[in-house]
Amino acid sequence: MSVTVERAASVEEAAAAIARGAALLAGGTILMRRVNAGDPRLERLVRLEDPALRRIGSGSEGVSLGALVTMAEVAAAPETAFLAPVARAVGGPALRTMATVGGNLFARRTYGDLAVALLALGARIILARDGAREIGEFLRGRERAGLVLALEVPRPREARAFGFLKVARVRPAGTAVMTLAAHLPREGGRIRGARVTFGGMGPGPLRSPGAERALEGQALDAGTIGRAAAACVEGLEPLDDALASAWYRREVAPVHLRRLLEGML
Amino acid sequence: MIEFRKEFFADERDDDLKEIGRPTIRQDIEGHVTGRSPFFDDHLFEGLLHVRCVRSPHHHARIRRIDTTEAERSPGVVRILTGRDVPRNLNTLLSLLDFGIDDEPLLAESRVAYMGEPVAAVIATSEARARDGVARVRVEWEELPHVLDVEEAIRPGAPVVCEAYPTNRFIYHGRYDHQKLRFGDVEAALRGADHIVEGRYQMSPIEQAPIETCGAIAAPEENGRFVCYTSTQALFFSLGTAAKMLQTPSSRLHFIGGTVGGGFGGKVDSLHEPLAILAAMLTGRPCKYAFDREEEMQVGAPRGAERWYLTDGVMGDGRIVARAFRGYFDSGAYTRLSSYAIIKAVGHLPGPYTIPNVAADVYCVYTNRTPATAMRGFGITGVDFAIEAQMDKVADRVGMHPLELRILNAYRDGDMKAHRREAKGCALVECAQVVAEKAGIALSAAARAASSRTGGGGERGRLPAFTATDGKGRVEGSTSGSYARKSAPGPARAAPAPGRPPAAPPAPAAAAASPPARRPDAAGAPPPPPGAPAAGRAAGGGSMPPPAASPAPPPGPGTGDAARRGALRFSSLSGLRRR
Amino acid sequence: MALKPVALTLNGSERAAFTEDGENLLDFLRRRLGDLSPKFGCGQGACGACTVLLDGAPVLACLILAETAAGRRIETAAGLAGAALHPLQRAFVEGFAAQCGYCTPGMLMAAVALLRANPRPTREEVVAAIGGNLCRCTGYEPIIAAVLDAAGHMERRA
Repeated sequence: MSVTVERAASVEEAAAAIARGAALLAGGTILMRRVNAGDPRLERLVRLEDPALRRIGSGSEGVSLGALVTMAEVAAAPETAFLAPVARAVGGPALRTMATVGGNLFARRTYGDLAVALLALGARIILARDGAREIGEFLRGRERAGLVLALEVPRPREARAFGFLKVARVRPAGTAVMTLAAHLPREGGRIRGARVTFGGMGPGPLRSPGAERALEGQALDAGTIGRAAAACVEGLEPLDDALASAWYRREVAPVHLRRLLEGML
Repeated sequence: MIEFRKEFFADERDDDLKEIGRPTIRQDIEGHVTGRSPFFDDHLFEGLLHVRCVRSPHHHARIRRIDTTEAERSPGVVRILTGRDVPRNLNTLLSLLDFGIDDEPLLAESRVAYMGEPVAAVIATSEARARDGVARVRVEWEELPHVLDVEEAIRPGAPVVCEAYPTNRFIYHGRYDHQKLRFGDVEAALRGADHIVEGRYQMSPIEQAPIETCGAIAAPEENGRFVCYTSTQALFFSLGTAAKMLQTPSSRLHFIGGTVGGGFGGKVDSLHEPLAILAAMLTGRPCKYAFDREEEMQVGAPRGAERWYLTDGVMGDGRIVARAFRGYFDSGAYTRLSSYAIIKAVGHLPGPYTIPNVAADVYCVYTNRTPATAMRGFGITGVDFAIEAQMDKVADRVGMHPLELRILNAYRDGDMKAHRREAKGCALVECAQVVAEKAGIALSAAARAASSRTGGGGERGRLPAFTATDGKGRVEGSTSGSYARKSAPGPARAAPAPGRPPAAPPAPAAAAASPPARRPDAAGAPPPPPGAPAAGRAAGGGSMPPPAASPAPPPGPGTGDAARRGALRFSSLSGLRRR
Repeated sequence: MALKPVALTLNGSERAAFTEDGENLLDFLRRRLGDLSPKFGCGQGACGACTVLLDGAPVLACLILAETAAGRRIETAAGLAGAALHPLQRAFVEGFAAQCGYCTPGMLMAAVALLRANPRPTREEVVAAIGGNLCRCTGYEPIIAAVLDAAGHMERRA
């Protein structure tokens, strides 16, 4: 039952190993916990050290992050400045040296702060097997997605269009009770294409249809923020865990969303 | 930053302190900063074996069968231990101090009473292989009804959690199912009070969460001895416990400790040493047994939960004239240190306030939760939370500022405390005054003028003229623990020879001898002090708590000639006893 | 399960040993190379007691597969002192910044990484740098003070 480790020479080899049931070991922050705990479901690991997967590319619309780019790199690179606050919210400095953007897409609740932000930004996930997926669709089927090669993240047109908030009991590096992100592009003072997302308010990162409906087409003001906060839990079913109860999460989610949106005025 | 307020009690001090108030260099800190301090796991052994336990997935279950055949064939597994391999598979920590009945196995044999209780130990060549071996041990469980709430646990018909204490309550001194405090007449004082203020306070268990998890490494030495490197906070408790459970002279055990990666009480009563040594005895190789983080949090003994009910009688001017406590300590499935924590708690009541009528009934209750143990001020911290929250509630009821209420009711020098000791060196009044100053709270002239050195003693320093006692909770036919019957060591097996398994382990039934609690008390428990607790202070008590912490029973039947031999002395744990 | 050889640089010395599949760098450093300064606290990346530097960057040794460290440069608390204590070590000694000492090697390595990248950190930057390192003896304030103190000493000497 002890784990075996193989080393893939190429993306194709790694993808084939994953198809045969191996787990891809990237930064190790998720999988090595399970290795250390002797998880019997984890029998095979595959390592891949392709420099192409460590690249940060930048275009006019956004950035392309190789799946093995680390949080520390995202926090430091000028191209990804808009994501730096998100990357810095993940763990402590040592964890950020290791944790990868690709791995974060697979983190179980209530980890996965970056994925919450990427869901708000409408990132596209580039897969080895079958091209690109919108991140929401990817997250719903992530267990079967196979190897992730890169993440394409649209850059917000203005800084205030994107907001991110991690709510943790222990600072600065506690696990999130919940994570919130909002992307609110504005045209002529009206919000067009609102995306509001939560981590910790369900089994994984989720959009908040209630908050998005309240924001869409509106000017961001106190009234709109109040309506978005009041509607944000609609359709979300948070769970109990050691950090907080579902009841607590439902009660405080509107408060935190209001704080986030007030910072985006 | 620490601020020394030297204007207080200046005449009582010489101020010739050599260390206090000055920076000092820790004697062990160079090892800490160079990474050379030798924690238990910082000793390398060639061929080290790793021990991991098979644990109960249920709160309460009967063990029908433990099948180790597949696990024994698992790669790297050297040997698997069950309760049958433990020479004396029943213990309680404070039996080393003659207090309490042995109630907890090292490896459960017939029944588990909390989730995570160990039932078998796999010894393997690596930790990963030990984990694999654990996953291959098959245990057939029969789930039993469980109880997780202290008050539900003492209702009639509740599942019996701990066989040594069939009513789910610890039995104090073989006589009472709770710890009692009686001082004055609470009922009468409550009838005369202007306000009755009631409160219910509940604390959760708290894990000590040391960064270094609990563990021990044992290895054969020369001359039939075993060395044991351990994270224990209590080296001689651990040595005594290991010697007792392994039925081996402590001279065969070479314990090395003293470098502890954080304990906070959670390493006072760990059972890693006997299991690591037993593994080393039976394999002849060095063996390490340590919690991983999940075990530390799940089965490492926490500070126990407490539930307190307080009823105060308060006069319109804020004087508290009566305070009654009913407390429940959640001991979890076994005793560990909760019975002792309650003795500390009751000696602390009613908090730092002079209240002329105090009563307390405090129960040590068994539930199907992780056994509780020591943690920083345990026995005091929880009830202090209850007391101080209650003080705020009282202040609110009588319309006083909470600091004014505390100053009004605080101990003054010379007052008689509920546990029948004179209050000395009091300083709560002064502390409250400084708090008010720092917080910008304007105190009344009377509160500003108050002092711990005035207003105490006299009438306040006398014992109550009448103390109402009762026999509620009296238990018959129970023993008070091992000190009452030194000649009856209980179930034991032969100590294993070093390096090889015992030739013929006795049948498991040997360990399930009738629970000691139900045995007749052959030697006779020490008699209660006549007329206690109004007898005043015990002589020669040293640092021990006062006799008020012992129950106030009517003279019992056991006061025969035989029981009068030896001088009565006060024991902090077992009350009055003979030596 | 095959043994795999791993060679790396540990505190400036070339070292090599065999590892097993699934073995983490913490166990490899401790059991195979005998450097006992990084500590096990959780095996989950939650406590920081195993913090070491990998090619100069802080990492959690318990979450790194030992074989992935092959050919790389590891620094641990055991290698900090030369003939004299490192300024951070001295600041910890003088400032009572360790009680039980178990979190100390990890704390030191997190602080070393900070001061190399940022020799004049603010208090907030120190807090962020040791944010992944838990101390249970309630020692964060003296630790923060010691790191700031060491930064001051190192700057004055530079």
